[in-house]
Amino acid sequence: MSDHEYIPKSKLGKWFNDRLPILTLANHLTEYPTPKNLNYWWTFGGILTFCLITQIVTGLILAMHYVAHADLAFGSVEHIMRNVNYGWLIRYVHANGASMFFLAVYIHIFRSLYYGSYKSPREIIWILGMIIYILMMATAFMGYVLPWGQMSFWGATVITNLFSAIPLVGESIVTWLWGGYSVDNPTLTRFFSLHYLFPFLILGLVVLHIWALHVPGNNNPIGIDVKKPSNDTVSFHPYIVIKDLFALLIFLIVFAFFVFYSPNILGHADNYIEANPLVTPAHIVPEWYLLPFYAILRSVPDKLLGVIAMFAALFILVILPWLDTSKIRSAIFRPLYKQFYWFLVADVLILGYMGAMPAEGVYLLVARVATAYYFLHFLVILPILGAKEKTLEVPLSITEPVLGGSATTSMTRNNLDKNKI
Amino acid sequence: MSDKKVKRRDFIFTTSYALGAVGVGAAVWPLIDQMNPDASVKALASTEVDVSSVEPGQSITVLWRGKPVFIKRRTQEEIDKARAVDIKNLKHPEKDEDRAKNPEWLVMLGVCTHLGCVPLGDKGEYGGWFCPCHGSHYDTSGRIRKGPAPTNMEIPKYEFVNTDIIKIG
Repeated sequence: MSDHEYIPKSKLGKWFNDRLPILTLANHLTEYPTPKNLNYWWTFGGILTFCLITQIVTGLILAMHYVAHADLAFGSVEHIMRNVNYGWLIRYVHANGASMFFLAVYIHIFRSLYYGSYKSPREIIWILGMIIYILMMATAFMGYVLPWGQMSFWGATVITNLFSAIPLVGESIVTWLWGGYSVDNPTLTRFFSLHYLFPFLILGLVVLHIWALHVPGNNNPIGIDVKKPSNDTVSFHPYIVIKDLFALLIFLIVFAFFVFYSPNILGHADNYIEANPLVTPAHIVPEWYLLPFYAILRSVPDKLLGVIAMFAALFILVILPWLDTSKIRSAIFRPLYKQFYWFLVADVLILGYMGAMPAEGVYLLVARVATAYYFLHFLVILPILGAKEKTLEVPLSITEPVLGGSATTSMTRNNLDKNKI
Repeated sequence: MSDKKVKRRDFIFTTSYALGAVGVGAAVWPLIDQMNPDASVKALASTEVDVSSVEPGQSITVLWRGKPVFIKRRTQEEIDKARAVDIKNLKHPEKDEDRAKNPEWLVMLGVCTHLGCVPLGDKGEYGGWFCPCHGSHYDTSGRIRKGPAPTNMEIPKYEFVNTDIIKIG
């Protein structure tokens, strides 16, 4: 970043900024040079920030009315729905907000996969993002337990039992997680405590994620290094701010559709039955955003190996910057990768569908093939593509394809030279 | 650094780090152990159940330590089926004689050893239990026969107080 020295105009501003340079930070964020070719897939960062704040604000309010106790939790949620002023609205926004949050994060992640945003020099941004994603899943899982319905209880039982697969200490770890010999009141109260804590950890990580982003600056659809600031960039405010706000508006239409027209469509009817430790619902499934991993877990016939496969599916994403060896970032210039990218998208969608279906017969077979392909993509296809793929010619600058010739002759060519172009 | 001799000061550093680590560990342990089962949870250790009204072929489910316990009064046919199995072919080899001391009564934790769901009775390919969550099949002795569960359903500690009362725990 080329941060020129910022000096506040007013005397008071200067006095304050000399002591706490928060105005310098605000100025940096306002003028932050952004590639001018960012498309709407780049607006999900802003949308995700909105989602996180919405969840924190609605969650804070729900915690004022919710009672974290096995005997009272279920009733207190109904109390919120029926008695608390606008309680129904706040709870539906919070519950559907979790799904919207995951919808946005999946688009955000797949945008990064398509345009190679995880590659050097942005590996740390990617890893921070993956930690945020894992924390989001933990937070969502614990939040889903709080209403203490049947799905809450049995979801908690199944997921915490994953840890019992660990040899020797597994059972002790599960007992420790539960605070008893089954999921019960001690489990509920600790989940509530952690469900309250984790969003703030996520918030802290989001700050680091953005900080790490502001060091190299945004990637862009053609995936080349951009000189900043230059003809290839625009300032964050007002250009990107307005674009992000417009995208947010569209996103809110989808959000509002769920909240007002089908607030329970993403949930399960069984969760309106109070938790009963004696009866497992006939068909338990996690929330939609966890289904691909659930399908991987179930497609392995061995308990320990199934759990390992599920966690490996996540971990493999963390090390992705070193699995994809291609120096070209954007799929636009990688004709083969582009096809495999869409195979992966289809594969994950298939896994998600299989995760919702019973684990038997043809469903199980398809889930197994899809699981194998998932690992094949990251462990075999990506490293081979990096070495073998014949990539297309990358433009010298964002302006070049339009104006012909690089707008900024001082463009760094070394990134391109590396790629045998 | 390598050619430096070990000095008295190095010894002091090492011992103070070691002592510091022990101190931090001791301070952190209560913060971790508080999550283990508390005294009130441990106090609910045993349950007595009256089984006098259970007919052959019937099964009742009682709650013990927050977990369901199946008490099944097996029919002669079910007992024969369980005892006829060659245990060498089992994933978790256990004799039915060891699982049900009194062959008529099978008392076991109704918790699937895969991920903790409650299996459904009189279902599955072996006429015992079937777990709806991930498709584990158990036989009439509660032994795992097919599916992802690694072990047989657990037999808790129990005893017949008299012919009608079973004490679990």
